[in-house]
Amino acid sequence: MVLEKAILATITTNANKVTAGASIFICDSKEEMDKVAANLEAILDGIGHALSDELYIIVKH
Amino acid sequence: MNEYTYPMLFGITIGTIARFLMLKTDYRQYPTYLHGKIIHLALGFIAASLGAVAVPAIMEKEFTAVTFLTIAASQFREVRNMERNTLAEMDSYELVPRGNTYIEGIAVAFESRNYLVIFTSLLGTMTYLAWNIYAACIVAFFCYIIIRKYMSGSTLGNIVDIEQASVSFDGAGLYVDNIYIMNIGIPERQEEILKYGMGFILTPKNFDVRSTIANLGQRQAILHDISISLGVFRDSGTPALVPLIKRDLDDGRIGVFILPQDKDLNKAVKVLQSVPVLENAIRMPSESKAQSKE
Repeated sequence: MVLEKAILATITTNANKVTAGASIFICDSKEEMDKVAANLEAILDGIGHALSDELYIIVKH
Repeated sequence: MNEYTYPMLFGITIGTIARFLMLKTDYRQYPTYLHGKIIHLALGFIAASLGAVAVPAIMEKEFTAVTFLTIAASQFREVRNMERNTLAEMDSYELVPRGNTYIEGIAVAFESRNYLVIFTSLLGTMTYLAWNIYAACIVAFFCYIIIRKYMSGSTLGNIVDIEQASVSFDGAGLYVDNIYIMNIGIPERQEEILKYGMGFILTPKNFDVRSTIANLGQRQAILHDISISLGVFRDSGTPALVPLIKRDLDDGRIGVFILPQDKDLNKAVKVLQSVPVLENAIRMPSESKAQSKE
């Protein structure tokens, strides 16, 4: 089976919201989270999607 | 030299000229200059020769010579494969790909144009032999008119109304008018999109058009053409900056989100209007039996 989409990384400011799966990056503030997500987006060649104000995922499309 | 030499030369010449007229390199830059063109002119010459030879062969009662035409058919199917393979191969290196439906449309056009060349030279040679060169010239002229007519299909401007629409964000959701396009999480990207993005709403003029513009291949063709003509604000490391088209499920309108480098509204509308309607995307629900009963 070929996975067409995959979550490459999870970035959050609230560690209680996530458990395991893709690599998790826990940040202290929204600004830090934006920065980390923007960097990861460029590095992983995925798109940063916001699930809520405190949770971003990087998805490979 | 015999009595067939001039008619055959005539047929080959008009066939090759017909192919030359059909080879129009426009904004798509395909076939590419010189080399791509030479390939197709050479194939056009072969097609014209086949068409021209067929008539004298039949007149000499060499009926088996007609099997030549079947060879021609398989030869030109090969042309279609060649075009399909080349374009598909190159498609992965396009910033905004053409999509398979568009590629198939181009490949089919290449194949069918060779058949048009065969018919042109066949008719030309036949009238030359049956009457004279003047009649043959008139027939050739009519062939050119028919070719020109069938060369261009309809364009998007004929089947949809195009209007500009606002590009906006609701939280992380990107919208063109009220049509949801995608989720863009990172504020930096959102700013870029609001700065460079443009939105259009295409409203189908009738029910048939709904399914045509819903076709994913047709939508990709729209995005490709507009990105070629107006440039695209996108690079290989920025997957979030992607032109997209989504559909309003309620009424079949489509929301076009593009990132042009040239944000000229008039040009954009003109380009959208002249996007070809792909043969393979055309659907006619109104022709179905279930519809006609109503």
